[in-house]
Amino acid sequence: MSQPTAPLRLRAEVEAASLPPLLAAADHLAATVMMGIHGRRRAGVGDEFWQYRPERTGDELRMIDWRRSAKSMGGRFVREREWQNAQSVIMWIDSAASMRFSSGTYDSKSDRARLLGMALAVLLLRGGERVGLTAFDAPPRTGEAQVQRLAMLLSAEGDTADYGEPEARGMIPQSRAVFVSDFMGDMAPVEAALTKAADRGVKGVLLQVLDPQEESFPFKGRTVFESVGGSLRHETLKANDLQARYLDRLAERKDLLRGMARASGWQFSTHHTGDAAQSALMWMYQAMQRV
Amino acid sequence: MTLFGIGFAAPWLLLGLVALPILWLLLRAVPPAPVKRMFPGVALLLGLNDDEQQTDTTPWWLLLLRTLAVAALITGFAGPVLNPNQDTGGDGPLLIVADGSWASARDWTRREDRIQTLLTEAAREGREVALVSLTDPDVEPQFLSADVWLTRLAGLSPQPWAPVADQGWIEDLPDRYETYWLSDGIARMDRAEVLARFQSAGTLTVFENPSPVLALAPARFEDGAIVVRAVRNRTDVAQGISVNAVGLDPAGIERVLAAVDLEFDGDASEAETALSLPAELRNRITRFEIAGQRSAGAVSLTDDTLKRREIALIAGGTDREGLELLSPLHYLERALIPTADMIDGTLEDILLANPDVIVLADVATLSGLEAEQMETWVEDGGLLLRFAGPRVAASDVSRGVEDPLMPVRLRAGGRSVGGAMSWGEPKGLAPFAADTPFAGLPVPSDVTVSSQVMAEPDPTLSDRVIAELADGTPLVTRKQVGAGQVVLFHVTANAEWSTLPLSGLFVQMLERLAVSTQSARPEAEDLAGTIWAPDVVLSAFGVPEDAGTRAGVAGEIIAQGQVGPELPAGLYAGEDRRLAVNVVDDDTVLERTAWPEGVAVEGLGVTAEQPLKGLLLSAAMGMLMIDILASIWLSGRLFGPRATAGLAIVGLALALTGEVQAQSEADMRAIDATSEAVLAHVVTGDSTVDELAYAGLRGLSDTLFQRTSIEPSEPISVNLETDELAFYPFLYWPVTPNQPTPSAEAYAKLNRYLRTGGMILFDTRDADTARFGASSPNGRKLQSLASPLDIPAIEPIPSDHVLTRAFYLLQDFPGRHASRDVWVEAAPPDAEQIEGMPFRNLNDGVTPVVIGGNDWAAAWAVDRFGAPMVPIGRGFAGERQREIAKRFGVNLIMHVLTGNYKSDQVHVPALLDRLGQ
Repeated sequence: MSQPTAPLRLRAEVEAASLPPLLAAADHLAATVMMGIHGRRRAGVGDEFWQYRPERTGDELRMIDWRRSAKSMGGRFVREREWQNAQSVIMWIDSAASMRFSSGTYDSKSDRARLLGMALAVLLLRGGERVGLTAFDAPPRTGEAQVQRLAMLLSAEGDTADYGEPEARGMIPQSRAVFVSDFMGDMAPVEAALTKAADRGVKGVLLQVLDPQEESFPFKGRTVFESVGGSLRHETLKANDLQARYLDRLAERKDLLRGMARASGWQFSTHHTGDAAQSALMWMYQAMQRV
Repeated sequence: MTLFGIGFAAPWLLLGLVALPILWLLLRAVPPAPVKRMFPGVALLLGLNDDEQQTDTTPWWLLLLRTLAVAALITGFAGPVLNPNQDTGGDGPLLIVADGSWASARDWTRREDRIQTLLTEAAREGREVALVSLTDPDVEPQFLSADVWLTRLAGLSPQPWAPVADQGWIEDLPDRYETYWLSDGIARMDRAEVLARFQSAGTLTVFENPSPVLALAPARFEDGAIVVRAVRNRTDVAQGISVNAVGLDPAGIERVLAAVDLEFDGDASEAETALSLPAELRNRITRFEIAGQRSAGAVSLTDDTLKRREIALIAGGTDREGLELLSPLHYLERALIPTADMIDGTLEDILLANPDVIVLADVATLSGLEAEQMETWVEDGGLLLRFAGPRVAASDVSRGVEDPLMPVRLRAGGRSVGGAMSWGEPKGLAPFAADTPFAGLPVPSDVTVSSQVMAEPDPTLSDRVIAELADGTPLVTRKQVGAGQVVLFHVTANAEWSTLPLSGLFVQMLERLAVSTQSARPEAEDLAGTIWAPDVVLSAFGVPEDAGTRAGVAGEIIAQGQVGPELPAGLYAGEDRRLAVNVVDDDTVLERTAWPEGVAVEGLGVTAEQPLKGLLLSAAMGMLMIDILASIWLSGRLFGPRATAGLAIVGLALALTGEVQAQSEADMRAIDATSEAVLAHVVTGDSTVDELAYAGLRGLSDTLFQRTSIEPSEPISVNLETDELAFYPFLYWPVTPNQPTPSAEAYAKLNRYLRTGGMILFDTRDADTARFGASSPNGRKLQSLASPLDIPAIEPIPSDHVLTRAFYLLQDFPGRHASRDVWVEAAPPDAEQIEGMPFRNLNDGVTPVVIGGNDWAAAWAVDRFGAPMVPIGRGFAGERQREIAKRFGVNLIMHVLTGNYKSDQVHVPALLDRLGQ
């Protein structure tokens, strides 16, 4: 891995520095069972004391705070706690061989994907959310320590497989998920993962990271195309003839992803390594608020 | 074997060409090698098939290239030779006759080549050869082995004369021989006999250059212009030639001084044109030559006949207008203008032009330096002709001690005879003595002298008198000084003292003194008995060469004018003049040779064998190289990610275009600066000051735009080091204590700018704290900045300076500060106020600098929306000050652009009216 922990984290911090802390959408927070430090400034389920209120009809007897009630003259009081919650976000950053491709002077897709993922994680953690990685590598946790842990895991060596497959295990129901990949490989695992996520009420963001060359297909002449891992191979005699059809297929692939995302309530977008990472992070940040 | 004029060493190899179609088919089938690319998107490509199957063949042009390369290889190895030699049969002795004349010199190398080829052939065939050059004074035909002649060939050279007439050698020839004649193309009358002899002895082949022979006749002087005439030996086509006049330039380097084009009409054998040149240039010409012709005939040396005397006339005293007949120079001018060229100017300039004669009419004393230069000039051969007059008579020149520039000592006062107050009659002239230059001139009786300056008796006096009056007093005296001489007429050059200038004798005397002589070519009788030493001789190729120690030539030979071994063309020096002898004289007519029937005439061209093997093989290599590049390009690797070389080339091209862009940027800037009036300020390096200066000029430009007909565009910031200043009429230069001092080049540019009418407004911006001078850091910086500048004396702006009324009537020149210390170029010391005029007539130009410290830019400065940027003063008074500052700016730019227009007295009434006086 070319980037050691500190620089990746540093760059992610820089990316994240210009955005306000992310607050997960409030309506979904209500449904989350996990408690967080996020006080909602109203009475609700939580650990922290919020207020005492006079007993109302319908209050169960066990809810009455007898100590407080004893201090008062006749009235009975219920102790309310502050409504606290936190969002759990699971991220899958594709680290397969295809992600290591880069053309020209651009970042490799993998670098860009990890940077975006880490930046988002920093944002979310700063907002008090719990962020983790799929496949039980790093269960969702909160706090500065998690930033370190995630950075370490993301900086680890990538897969040897040619194309990555999303890991749907370890998803906590009703949590959020972020999938960053080039989605160049087989679509079946992606579909399966999304289906599974939808089953569990997990919503999230699909970000497709592509190299500009993959978007434009600027090849000519007799060419043998090989995948980065070397498992796939395609030879053509006139590469420029393939351009239109390749672009059709790419558009088809994007449509498929968009359709799957819409069906399962996810958000989908494509990001090119030739563009600024900031815009993609901004989109992810806003998309996380929407879902 | 020969094919289409090309011989082949191994013709059977050409059969390999038959294999080319097979090669074509083979090459067609082989597709270009694939490129391996890493591409994650390959997953999307799987299953996509190529539409066109034939794209895997090589493109036809690549096929053609390869086929041609192979064809070139095959042909190259077959050993092709262009112009293979074919031997001419023949045996028996061979006579090679060359007209080694000047006309052969133009293509001598080709003639040599031709002779060499003939000799080589003869050597191959084992023939005996005799080689004869007709310009040799004594020809001895020797029949020797051709190899011997080959070694002697280098010694054969053309001579700068025509073939010698004597043909006695022809009797020594054997009976039968074959003749090759290399003719120079000019018909000569005396050839018939020789020709008949050659024809009777065997076959005669003539080699001749068909292009016309050109020659230049001697240039002559006619009606104030030089007439250049060229002749040629053919009259079939129109032809244009260029004739160069060559001479020494003032630095002593030989160069083409003038060039003139001559056009031969289609049927004309001669062409002439007149060349009008300044006398100075004309006198420098040493020869004319036809450009691009290397022969003695194309060069015409010039001698003294083309030269006209240059005479400078200088009179003492100021000329009185309208009294032309009394002018000391009037009669001299009348006498000299027809035959000589006059030089005007001050004595200093005249001496630089080095005239032949300087006439001083009644000039008594010369300044020390002038006298010194004049002496040097006389010693170098100048003729100083002086005339007496009232001034000379009244002065002390040559009184006690002989002046080096006077032939004799003079007695005080001079004398007057025959006047109202004197006893005697006006004196006539005595007949001229035999040994004087005037000997033989008739003395008219009506020439009388009434006044003269008298010579002091001296031992040398009698030698120096060359003309005297009837009573024996000297009238003209002369003395040799170095190579030159000083001559004094003891009377005036006008008719005041004598009637001599009115008579024809005066002109004759001037001629005899060689003041006005125009040299004519001497006649035969003049030449008889003289010996002329060759100075410069002309080679056959028309190159003038130093004659060295050649023997002199008798005048009789020169008179005959027959150029030959005894009289080579060149420049001959006699006693007092030089004579040019040219190959072509005025009577020369060139005619084309007319060979009798039965004579084979060939050109001089020799076509050498030229093996083509190397050429073809390198062409094949080149094509294969192109094939490599084309193959790479076809397979897409030429511009692939790994083509670093390609990137380097592209980078280089980008760098180059970058330079071009910079160039065009400078051009754009120049166009911007010159298409409209632009105010400019000097970049100081302090960004605040620079921005304020820019904003100030923007504000001033706006003000000008609104109020006057000056409509400047956006101001420009000028970097003194890199930008051209000439485009800007006005430079605002804010002074900061730590701005860099301009380089020497920048100062040179600034001085040029100031001298050519630019104006710089120096602003120390510190008038609130400092007075003008070195009392502030800015002031000190200004002093150091301005010291290398060419700034005239300055003074505080006077109240009648044109800046006070160029547009507005102003007396104060405030900026952000309101100091009155504004300095401009000082008025000339003689500027005086005229009675009734409100202002003086001051300096004529624009003051090159205005210096002050009022921080004008701050007062002018506006932002992009036109709002003032810097607060000035307080309240209404401050606004008033800003307004006055703007008015000063308007006046300043008006002054820059219109100069002293408002100084013109025409404006006085209007201004008086406005001033309320």
